[in-house]
Amino acid sequence: MIDLQGVTFGYGRGKRIFEGFNWKAERGEAWAILGSSGCGKSTLLYLLAGLLHPEEGALRVGGEILERPRPRTGLILQDYGLLPWATVRENIALGLRVRQFYGPDGRHAPRDEVIPQVDERVNEWLSQLGLAEAAESFPGQISGGQRQRAAIARTLALDPDLLLMDEPFASLDAPTREALQRFVMNLNVERGLTTVVVTHSIEEAALLGRRVLVLGNPPNREARIVQSAPAALGSSEAQALIEQLRQMLEPSI
Amino acid sequence: MKRRSLLLAVLVLAVGWELLALVVNRPILPSLALVLKEFVLEFPGELGGHFLASAWRVVASMLISIALAAPAGLALGQYSALNRIFSPVIYLLYPIPKVVLVPVVILFLGINDLSKIVIIFLILFFQILVLVRDQAATIRPELLYSVRSLGAGRRALFRYVYWPASLPAVLTALRQSIGTAVAVLYVVELVATQRGLGYYIYLQGSTLFDYPKMYAGVLAMSLMGLGMYFTADILHRKLCPWQFTQQP
Repeated sequence: MIDLQGVTFGYGRGKRIFEGFNWKAERGEAWAILGSSGCGKSTLLYLLAGLLHPEEGALRVGGEILERPRPRTGLILQDYGLLPWATVRENIALGLRVRQFYGPDGRHAPRDEVIPQVDERVNEWLSQLGLAEAAESFPGQISGGQRQRAAIARTLALDPDLLLMDEPFASLDAPTREALQRFVMNLNVERGLTTVVVTHSIEEAALLGRRVLVLGNPPNREARIVQSAPAALGSSEAQALIEQLRQMLEPSI
Repeated sequence: MKRRSLLLAVLVLAVGWELLALVVNRPILPSLALVLKEFVLEFPGELGGHFLASAWRVVASMLISIALAAPAGLALGQYSALNRIFSPVIYLLYPIPKVVLVPVVILFLGINDLSKIVIIFLILFFQILVLVRDQAATIRPELLYSVRSLGAGRRALFRYVYWPASLPAVLTALRQSIGTAVAVLYVVELVATQRGLGYYIYLQGSTLFDYPKMYAGVLAMSLMGLGMYFTADILHRKLCPWQFTQQP
């Protein structure tokens, strides 16, 4: 699904963030990208989303070299990226409207997709994420958890096969965060969605990632990967994993 | 604002006028009733023609200003390199009272509607430009990333992000500058024209000494400004409802 070969990237003339970086992720895997701030984890996500482009090397998603955002990749950011001037309903419909706007041209929308009944599909996602009552509210009027659910619904309404998330739950209270984490884990388990979650929280990485990619101080040259078996948080396996991740992060702090 | 309190304010102003007219008791301040009578009589005829000539000048200037200033403001707000080049120029040009350019513009463009429209345009253009630029600069890159990840290219970004994001700034700029625009309209209509409310007011007041008609012209000009202000306000509420909702 994701294949990075010798990827090099830096902002402007500053220090390189990735140098000859290789990394592979298979379809259906659940990944977490872990690292302290400034390590380049969000940069990696933007590269995967096709919003930034490597200076050197090849970045393939779904088998193709990425030149622009890929229609089947969903991206969810920490500040939700909802349009403040559109209601929850309009926000969830946004991706579908953009597809209608261009038609199935293969660039902005998958070539093989029949644009669905927008209203029906939006209603479906509104009720599935418990947003029916907030449908006509503006993002400024609803809670952080509702905003994040709206952002997830907007992305899932486009039927992605790869879901990229940048610190998606960082600003939520604990119960909301746990509910949404479970929801995302189920997307991976039940729908076979490939998920990549960027986080600075070791616990979240251990919970959401079956595999964890640990980034250190830039430039990152090799992918340090930790694998984990599904384990409940609080179990001794999970504790061991968290301890291992903590030790990997420490030298770079 | 409640409709009732607006009506009450109108009533207070009308009573104040009548009282003042009684106290002054001279032809230069006729009673409101007389002015209203003159307004009703004149508006379907001569005054209405002048009103339309004036309204056309302001509306045309507004439309041209929006068409040119909104995209320019968006570009400046989004491309900081561009803004670095133009920002000092705008900084110097913005505070210049454009109305002093009336003779210059007339020399270049002639004594026609165009020169008058251009003067008002110069004022509105900078107001809209600056407000839209500052608004566009607040569009966060994360929001653009999110929408681009949904498949939006340049056209869809304009349709779904840039346009709705700058609409409130355009309407706010319009509302704020309507007063100035109408004031400048009066000044430009004093010069080299025989159509327009400015000309009408000046002619009735200073040449024909028909004060009720002069005040009818003043009333027409005030109503024009007020009508435009209300229109901008209503459009703002209709088109930007998210700015008028209660926060949780």
